[in-house]
Amino acid sequence: MADEALFLLLHNEMVAGLYRAAEQGEGENGRCITKLENMGFRVGQGLIERFTKDTARFKDELDIMKFICKDFWTTVFKKQIDNLRTNHQGIYVLQDNKFRLLMQMSAGKQYLEHAPKYLAFTCGLIRGGLSNLGIKSIVTAEVSTMPACKFQVMIQKM
Amino acid sequence: MSRPSGRKQDNHKISRELFVLTYGALVAQLCKDYEKDEDVNTCLDRMGYDIGIRLIEDFLARSAVKKCRSYSETAEMIAQVAFKMYLGVTPSVSCCSAAGNEFSLILDQNPLVDFVEELPAERASLCYCNLLCGVIRGALEMVHLAAEVTFLQDKLKGDAVTEIGIIFLKKTEEKKHKRNK
Repeated sequence: MADEALFLLLHNEMVAGLYRAAEQGEGENGRCITKLENMGFRVGQGLIERFTKDTARFKDELDIMKFICKDFWTTVFKKQIDNLRTNHQGIYVLQDNKFRLLMQMSAGKQYLEHAPKYLAFTCGLIRGGLSNLGIKSIVTAEVSTMPACKFQVMIQKM
Repeated sequence: MSRPSGRKQDNHKISRELFVLTYGALVAQLCKDYEKDEDVNTCLDRMGYDIGIRLIEDFLARSAVKKCRSYSETAEMIAQVAFKMYLGVTPSVSCCSAAGNEFSLILDQNPLVDFVEELPAERASLCYCNLLCGVIRGALEMVHLAAEVTFLQDKLKGDAVTEIGIIFLKKTEEKKHKRNK
């Protein structure tokens, strides 16, 4: 329980630190989101390995997505995904109505323009987790009202 | 008969692993961004400081400890309560100076380096866990204790143990609050 505070603070500090460095350096703003996403990717890969060591094999893609929504999300963010939608053709939308990394920021539209920075790491986390389960994907996030957010996963057929 | 201790235990472990893995990814990214080890160390220290000034509030809220009356009590508090709460390990404390303001925390086990085998050859002077120093320094500053925190020994660099040194500096101001009569 105390670990949540640590991870939250570290995550926020990472975002702030990267942007601070970017300001002082060459000012390549777009690179920061990529860096955060790549960090999340690496962590997601490692985490899913530790996590699924003893679980049963997944039946299909939908089973994997459900695992991400339930067990994975509960362990990382202490709650489940509130809504999972799919078009059964490789696009999944995960909706979290009270995303923990945005909870402290605002409860509405304030600071909306800053939200994407704080979602990049989690997008990478999902992408990394799926990648090590054998699924290549592109993950994006959108926020309309904090702290609710939606993660869109597009499965890439290899 | 041993049954699996339940998901709760695993979840706790994985929660901590999330933090450790994220920290590793952060250090790796900083190593890519900065050529010199000193820059990475400074950056980690600064980030640790920013985290520490916020973490102290979380710590005080969770632990509800009373005010520490001496430097050695403070050092014990850090080792036995704070480290245990956040990292799950309890370093041992020893006092290094006669004046009673220098302490060292000796960590046999450092969870932050769980997944690190060794430092790469070109990064020999990297203080991998420098974040910890910044966190302690920031947290102490928020309770009006100025301190210098550094790594004295580091297992990753070949020393026997990991040792963090805390030197309490003289307080710049002494305020005696006289509450209403």
